[in-house]
Amino acid sequence: MKKRMDIPERIKREDKSKVKKRKKFRQRRLFVKTAIITMIAACFAVLFLMPIVLTVTNSFMSASEISSNYGQVFATTDTGGKTYISEKVNLKFIPDMVSFSQYITVLFKSPEYLFKFWNSVILVVPIVVFQLLVAALAAYGFTRYRGRIKEIIFFVYIILMLMPYQVTLVPNYLVSDWLNILDTRWAIWLPGIFSPFAVFLFTKYMRRIPISVMEAAQIDGAGEWQIFRRICMPLCKGAMCSVAILIFIDYWNMVEQPLILLSDSEQHPLSVFLSKINEGEVGLAFAVATIYMVPPILVFLYGEDYLVEGITYQGGIKG
Amino acid sequence: MKKRKNPKTEGLKVDRGSAGKKNKRAFKGKLISWGYLFPSLAGVLLFFVLPFFVVIYYSMVDNPINNQFVFLDNFVKVATNKAFQQAAYNTMKFSAVAVPLAVILSLLLAMMLECKIPFRSQFRTFFLSPMMVPVASVILIWQVLFHYNGIVNDFTGLFGADKVDWLKSSHAQVVIVILFLWKNLGYNMILFMAALSSIPKDILEVAVLESATPLQIFWHIKIRYLSSTILFVTIMSLINSFKVFREIYLLTGNYPYDSIYMMQHFMNNAFGQLDYQKLSAAAIMMSMVMVILIGILFLTENYFGKDVEG
Repeated sequence: MKKRMDIPERIKREDKSKVKKRKKFRQRRLFVKTAIITMIAACFAVLFLMPIVLTVTNSFMSASEISSNYGQVFATTDTGGKTYISEKVNLKFIPDMVSFSQYITVLFKSPEYLFKFWNSVILVVPIVVFQLLVAALAAYGFTRYRGRIKEIIFFVYIILMLMPYQVTLVPNYLVSDWLNILDTRWAIWLPGIFSPFAVFLFTKYMRRIPISVMEAAQIDGAGEWQIFRRICMPLCKGAMCSVAILIFIDYWNMVEQPLILLSDSEQHPLSVFLSKINEGEVGLAFAVATIYMVPPILVFLYGEDYLVEGITYQGGIKG
Repeated sequence: MKKRKNPKTEGLKVDRGSAGKKNKRAFKGKLISWGYLFPSLAGVLLFFVLPFFVVIYYSMVDNPINNQFVFLDNFVKVATNKAFQQAAYNTMKFSAVAVPLAVILSLLLAMMLECKIPFRSQFRTFFLSPMMVPVASVILIWQVLFHYNGIVNDFTGLFGADKVDWLKSSHAQVVIVILFLWKNLGYNMILFMAALSSIPKDILEVAVLESATPLQIFWHIKIRYLSSTILFVTIMSLINSFKVFREIYLLTGNYPYDSIYMMQHFMNNAFGQLDYQKLSAAAIMMSMVMVILIGILFLTENYFGKDVEG
């Protein structure tokens, strides 16, 4: 009996030391692997963040520093001629001297930039608010009493949602012209408010609510409005946030619509205006760009998880 | 919208519960649900759907005053237009390069974040941040980076490459691809991350126990589960690649270098001339391409979705 016991024990002991070695080896390999992947991810992160960080840091340069560094970049883009000076464009990560002169000029001395910023706000905010409202109602309509016709309409919404602006802008333009609202803010507001995107996303959220919940409410005597107001809306709070964020980014970034629907450049939002900043104002450009970045970045930092959730829901286009 | 019902009488109706009344109630509910749909539906019809029929009409008449029916003449005119051909060619070329890159790189990013690396959530934030930043804000820095005397040329110069005028030569497409990737990778990555995390863990564990190599796990399990997402991301990227006009416009204005003259520039400039016929014909052709793409998306999703979920 004793002898028989011996053999397995020896094997066990050997095994243990081997396992330990292997474990160590594995751990080391895992460590190296993690390190490499982290490095690659860090490289990507640097590439991704660089343009943003550069814009922000450069906004703290004084106007003269900027025009001496980049003056020629914007001088040539405007005329389109190939008049290159053989000077270098000095890209600097950190300004020689931190100065707030750009911001002071933008915020206090030349009101036109703030005016354009206000244009952006006044174009975007009503769209976000009313699109949410219209979309919430429509999503409820799509969720309750689903039928063949509604599914077909929903499919049309999806197709419209996926169309590039250049296609949808043609109908928008025709109607705006017909309603005599071309060159007014209404031409941007109305198509924005009725844009099918929010409806689609909202419906996808709302259809996740179990029907039994709504049926139970109905049996307990709740009317449609009560079901909508007391059950669907509270359950869709998260959806509200993600949809609002997605709409906000989209319209804060808009370029095509104002270009075509607002011929009066006084009403253009800052996003369009920024591309037309010319030589003399380059000094201010970075500060304006940074100020324009602030609202979406704040929204992003506050609602990143909502944003991610919203994108994930978009993931399954099918209802 | 305020078709509020009295909850008390509602309850009573259910209690009595005769078949006819139930039907009536369902009908009423249906009607009300259409009422909720109404504002959106009216708006969409007014601003998108109905004028689209006008667009179809415009595309088939010779001009809005004469209204002579010419059927496909406008389409032929547009299709044989040099600028249109150039635009279509450029758009296709761009999509052919940018879309596969967008899919592969974002899958790579998602897989990297799947591994247990430190600062995962921070990395996610970093990769997603370009999506938030307005294109107009960072366009200045792109111009500086890709200028003839800019830092990108300095950098490639280190490896002995010649200076390239990025935005005003055939290399402009490269710049646009980079911009496109920068902006869209985060979005795709999120989609892939969601798909990766929905792969059943037990399947992966079994594979590890059966001593499958990571490569095998990737090809035989992950790709299979990701197939529908890959398709979705591909088509979404394709659709988004039609939208790069914004970047190009902000970088270079209405008439960029030939190689980045896209479909949307063609449309935009047609707006400038208010040539309704050209515009409508181009819009319809473009929407037809989109409808075909979306159709493919749906069919394939149907096909693959059943395969995995079942």
